[in-house]
Amino acid sequence: MGKLTIESRKQSQNLRGKRADVADTIILEVARYSPEQDREPRFERFEVPFRKEWVVLDALNYIKDKLDGSLTYRWSCRMGICGSCGVLVNGEPKLSCATFLSSYAGNGSRVRVEPLRYFPVVRDLVTELSDFLAKLKKVKPWLIRKEERLLSQGEFLQTPAQLESYRQFSMCINCTLCYAACPVVGLDPVFVGPAAIALAQRYNLDSRDQGSEARTTLLAHPDGIWGCTFVGECTRVCPKHVDPAGAIQQYKIQSALGWVKALVRPRVRDKEEADAATPH
Amino acid sequence: MRPPPTSPPAYTEFHPRWYRRHVSTYWWLGQRHYLKFILRELSSVFVAFFVAITLLQLRALRTGPEAYARFQHTMKSPLMIALCLLSLFFLVFHSITWFNLTPRAIAVRMRGKRLPDFMVAAPNYVIWAAISGAVAWVILR
Repeated sequence: MGKLTIESRKQSQNLRGKRADVADTIILEVARYSPEQDREPRFERFEVPFRKEWVVLDALNYIKDKLDGSLTYRWSCRMGICGSCGVLVNGEPKLSCATFLSSYAGNGSRVRVEPLRYFPVVRDLVTELSDFLAKLKKVKPWLIRKEERLLSQGEFLQTPAQLESYRQFSMCINCTLCYAACPVVGLDPVFVGPAAIALAQRYNLDSRDQGSEARTTLLAHPDGIWGCTFVGECTRVCPKHVDPAGAIQQYKIQSALGWVKALVRPRVRDKEEADAATPH
Repeated sequence: MRPPPTSPPAYTEFHPRWYRRHVSTYWWLGQRHYLKFILRELSSVFVAFFVAITLLQLRALRTGPEAYARFQHTMKSPLMIALCLLSLFFLVFHSITWFNLTPRAIAVRMRGKRLPDFMVAAPNYVIWAAISGAVAWVILR
């Protein structure tokens, strides 16, 4: 059916007198790595139909369906929600479901697809995420209460303004594009990383949470917020506009002010902590 | 030979054949954004140079007219002029790049809404211009 569609499209283009220099196909150079056969990744060229509504994921699916069934990559939702199809497209971390082939079309154009940087490669475009998942868990990404409320006391109420203060940081889909964009992650693998710190800040700023001190103990550290050199690439590549770089810098200011406060007025801080611990 | 039943499993938890890419020393040369970041970091060296020159100038002023004349003579050498011009470029680059990053670090909210980026960055430029103007007025009047 796909072939027929392509042929009919070609015919309609010919009928309209389309210019001959606009290609009907596009070259995809896809990184291949088979742990059983390869010592390091190699690139394989595939010629796929060029359709203006196709994204890179459509091209990968075409390769898997028609050209080489052994191509291995992750994908699920096709709509920028699941965060599983992140790859490098011409060196830029992108969601393959949200990156149109037409952005790369032109004379002699090619689209180079590689696995995300700084992660171990399991096979072809599939990266290993257990370290990332461990880092996410490390920042205690859940509501921490000094004293739990009983169900009978009702739900936590939150104003729209309180929601707005952390909403942006809650939009993360764990696609790990920010890790592939962050050179600190590559140079210092113990760095907690942008998404995990943004997630910590999402809970720190939540009016229902009382666990910011526990998180700061973990993250006010050279492997945490102070490891970030503010390259800012995490924010630039984020497909959900989470702004992890902003979260980290705001966390740094918060942490530094907390330190100064503790130094200058330790008793006031102790009193504030005692007040916060008191159930409302 | 079959291992005894109490021995650990034969598989490794982490696959020994995962491919791990080496990060090149020159990772920052590959992309424009990374190069800009490195130049921004490098600009700190020129900021330090500029501060040192200013302190030396103040010391020469305090020491007396002869010391200041010597300082002026040194600063007129082609090497110092080239260094000062390079420092000026990096100082402006440093200021602009950091001023433009302030909206990332400072989230100002008014009536529940976050202020637009330019409203957080703009005061930096206003203060910069005001101080530069005041210094120029003191020197040139």
